[in-house]
Amino acid sequence: MELIVASSRFIANSAVDVLPIMIFLFAFQRLVIGGPLPNRKQIVVGFLFVVVGLGLFLLGLEQTLFPLGRLMAQQLTDPEFLHGAIELGAAALVWQDYYWVYLFALALGFSSALAEPALIAVSMKANTVSGGAIGTWSLRVAVALGAGIGVSLGCFRIITGVPLHYFIAAGYLVVIVQTVMAPKLIVPLAYDSGGVTTSTVTVPLVTALGLGLAEAVPGRNPLLDGFGLVAFAALFPIISVLAYGQLAMMRGRVPTSNPDGQDRIQEDNHAL
Amino acid sequence: MGSCTLQETASPSLFFCIDCGDGFHLPRRVAAQLKNSLNVLAKDALTSMRNLLPIVLVISVFQLLVIQEPVSGLVSLTVGGMLVAAGLTFFIFGLRLALFPIGEGLAHSLAKKGSVFWLVVFAFALGFGTTIAEPALIAVAAEAAEVAAVAQAIESTVEARDSYAQGIRLTVASAVGFALVLGVIRILANWSLPIMIIGGYVLVVLITTFAPDEIVGVAYDCGGVTTSTVTVPLVAALGVGLASSLKGRNPLTDGFGLIALASLTPILFVLIYEIIVQWN
Repeated sequence: MELIVASSRFIANSAVDVLPIMIFLFAFQRLVIGGPLPNRKQIVVGFLFVVVGLGLFLLGLEQTLFPLGRLMAQQLTDPEFLHGAIELGAAALVWQDYYWVYLFALALGFSSALAEPALIAVSMKANTVSGGAIGTWSLRVAVALGAGIGVSLGCFRIITGVPLHYFIAAGYLVVIVQTVMAPKLIVPLAYDSGGVTTSTVTVPLVTALGLGLAEAVPGRNPLLDGFGLVAFAALFPIISVLAYGQLAMMRGRVPTSNPDGQDRIQEDNHAL
Repeated sequence: MGSCTLQETASPSLFFCIDCGDGFHLPRRVAAQLKNSLNVLAKDALTSMRNLLPIVLVISVFQLLVIQEPVSGLVSLTVGGMLVAAGLTFFIFGLRLALFPIGEGLAHSLAKKGSVFWLVVFAFALGFGTTIAEPALIAVAAEAAEVAAVAQAIESTVEARDSYAQGIRLTVASAVGFALVLGVIRILANWSLPIMIIGGYVLVVLITTFAPDEIVGVAYDCGGVTTSTVTVPLVAALGVGLASSLKGRNPLTDGFGLIALASLTPILFVLIYEIIVQWN
């Protein structure tokens, strides 16, 4: 019973989010393009699925992953956990002592990017547009690796207190070099994957990790140092997807059979 | 009835006619089509579970091996996990039914209409409208106001913080609208995306040196939170649809890039906004 109430509340919330977009699209079609929307019934049904799906998705996250993820971020950054049995002040910790945090950040960034619906959407589109050459699964693994490494490095930054823009500037230098060397086809997609990674699933979890860490590390102010992890999670997928393109180019000079053939068959038949 | 062609069986579209867009008028084949769409849903459900498996594994492994504290409410966790999987499945299903077709359809119609003015209006309204109401942005704007108050860039009153947060929201929403306009013009005029993006980030790094240190982190995060789950598929479909309806454009190289611009401009705009607030 409680579940039904909660579900309807979340579905109503997502309807409030989606409805204005839907009304805008329909009004634009009617007033500017003129005439009714083609496939109108299909689109209305699709929007219903989007609203219900998004509502249930968020409710489920709110019930399971978010509280658990936040709790674990807190526990892992707790100074008592970090120096275990040794009776040292938190100030005696050096950055290497936070290895569990790096590992957790890597795993969390990786796995939450894989669960990101927006990333699934873009990889589906990229798969169709490239005629199956870009596998939906391999693109997402590349993005997720980048997100994991990014979040992990972002934790290192919070712990050591190096200014954020040094990392961002260095990261973009790498992006510039890669852009020159990578196959042209992958470049726009790689740039897009940065923004796509940081969405519904990743942002709350990663923000919680950053705030928890900034609270636990001595000399850090959660208000001032807790931010910036999202920026890391958005930057490193660009690098990893460009690297994926470079690898594919190195391996695939001769048009060989696609290593991601399996995914292609499963997910490329959605274009309407 | 007879003149309508139905989608191929492999298609996820329910039992809708591809030619006239009307459904439900082929009663003899409805059953078959329904079965087909259920098959697609089932396949989507399996894919969703595969997508969610890593995060479930990560949380469980760390919980069991590292933290080693008992977790209460196993039943509610299981129910929550099933909700996440079902939600993702429905969302992906609806995405292919509605968000992709409507985004591409509008892009095609606008390209056929040939009016750059309406294309620009559409792009700006889509970016601004989907961002201003974004819950993640509302949260980040409130946090930014808190940070600004601590850093004494603004007064620490409720009104000052509210108006600052409101300013951040308007700034970010305009930035996303502007980004989509820029991206659409790029597709039309065939500008180089790498030059725009890299130039943009060089600008970001330069402006950062003038911005108050405390606020840089929040400003950088603003770029990440703007691209929501509903906006991304629409924007991707808009770009790809536009690129594929113009001659001499490749949907892969020209269709993508809108989201990248929409993640860049908010950083730039928020940094400038903060510098202006501090000067006043």
